Amino acid sequence: MKNIDIKSNMQTSKFNWLQYASPKIFYPLAGKLIPWCLAGAAILIAYGLYLGLFVAPTDFQQGEGYRIIFVHVPAAWFSMFLYLLMALYAGLGIVLNARLSYMMATAIAPTGAMFTLVALVTGSLWGKPMWGAWWVWDARLTSELILLFLYIGYFSLQAAIDDKSRADKASAVLALVGAINVPIIYFSVKWWNTLHQGASVSLMNAPAMAAVMLKGMLVMAIGFWLYSIAVILIRVRCEILERDSKAAMFRQD
Amino acid sequence: MQWHSMSEFLAMGGYAFYVWGSFGVTFGCMLIEMLLLNSRRQRITQAVKQEAF
Amino acid sequence: MKARHKRFGLIAAGLILLVIATVLITKSFRSNLVFFFTPTQVEKGEAPKTGSFRIGGLVENGSLKRLPDGLHVQFRVTDTAKTMQVVYKGILPDLFKEGKGVVAEGKLGTNGVFEADQVLAKHDENYMPPEAAAALKAAQENKAKGKVI
Repeated sequence: MKNIDIKSNMQTSKFNWLQYASPKIFYPLAGKLIPWCLAGAAILIAYGLYLGLFVAPTDFQQGEGYRIIFVHVPAAWFSMFLYLLMALYAGLGIVLNARLSYMMATAIAPTGAMFTLVALVTGSLWGKPMWGAWWVWDARLTSELILLFLYIGYFSLQAAIDDKSRADKASAVLALVGAINVPIIYFSVKWWNTLHQGASVSLMNAPAMAAVMLKGMLVMAIGFWLYSIAVILIRVRCEILERDSKAAMFRQD
Repeated sequence: MQWHSMSEFLAMGGYAFYVWGSFGVTFGCMLIEMLLLNSRRQRITQAVKQEAF
Repeated sequence: MKARHKRFGLIAAGLILLVIATVLITKSFRSNLVFFFTPTQVEKGEAPKTGSFRIGGLVENGSLKRLPDGLHVQFRVTDTAKTMQVVYKGILPDLFKEGKGVVAEGKLGTNGVFEADQVLAKHDENYMPPEAAAALKAAQENKAKGKVI
């Protein structure tokens, strides 16, 4: 029941990228990354808040109310991006039959759902004063709400099936099918008449924002990204322990 | 710097509820996520330690 | 026994969510993908004849009036080709301005006036400080003048 010696394992195998797909190699590596990501996230979010609340000027249309953009847009980006990442890991799990991939997908879902909820609530708080309504059933808002349901569906499917490997596969299929919703959310404002305005920042066009405002939003987005990485790595480590602790694969700290 | 006084900053041009509400919800959710995750981590590491003995 | 009950509950909850999601998808894809109709589309008869729908466009410059009763406001919505008269009783959103985007929900009266129950402001995706907006406007006006001359 004692630990399998991780060190000798690492030395005998020559450098091989696939080793990172093994939970017992990945676990300590993730542990080393977490504090750096958390520190980076704290610094960037603090800097983003400073830029967004103190440096960025008032908006010509929305006055100070537009400052919601500094949390709303990064949250909305990561609600979509994390879904795609989750679907990617779920897909890799199916293709490679790799347990760590499934665990990553499972670990990403709660953070993605949290950002989806944040995007919806902050959007509502923004819509009320500017548009005149907390909620409207336009294509952008409806598809973002469906994204939240997809995340919730993903957890509940996983919780509903007792056999872990079957739960992984079934929820991975749901994650992959639901991925079609992400481009729908993103392009909804282009494809249909929506109350929600078009994208201010896109790959094809010059950003429709003053440079300082844009900088604040991007700094905040990178901060959210580092936060997401840290939280997901902590969660995947919990996941590894919960699933594999009986195999006593891990040395104690 | 955009503000002349603390009260002006807090008032957010009349949008205080919406702006501070949004920032509060965002960082509140992130904080709750971290707290929940931390208690899960403590629970599982405790369990693993007991298992090892 | 307990685990089975829990599982049943979760599956039921999942199914209910799936049904809600499907209803939302069909709802939005049927009617609400076209969130609003422009005055030109209404003229062509593309908007529903009965029941409420939304019209969208710009608030025509100089068209906003408060009616003598002091409760109703009246304005014209234009898509630059066609315009439509709208009456509305209620509070207008902060971003409601002449020359800016608007979406109004309501019914088309027999007199051809759109009676709105809700008026929403539709703003664009540009964010800039007021000075930059003023400079941009001045530059555009100069350019337009230059073309005329």
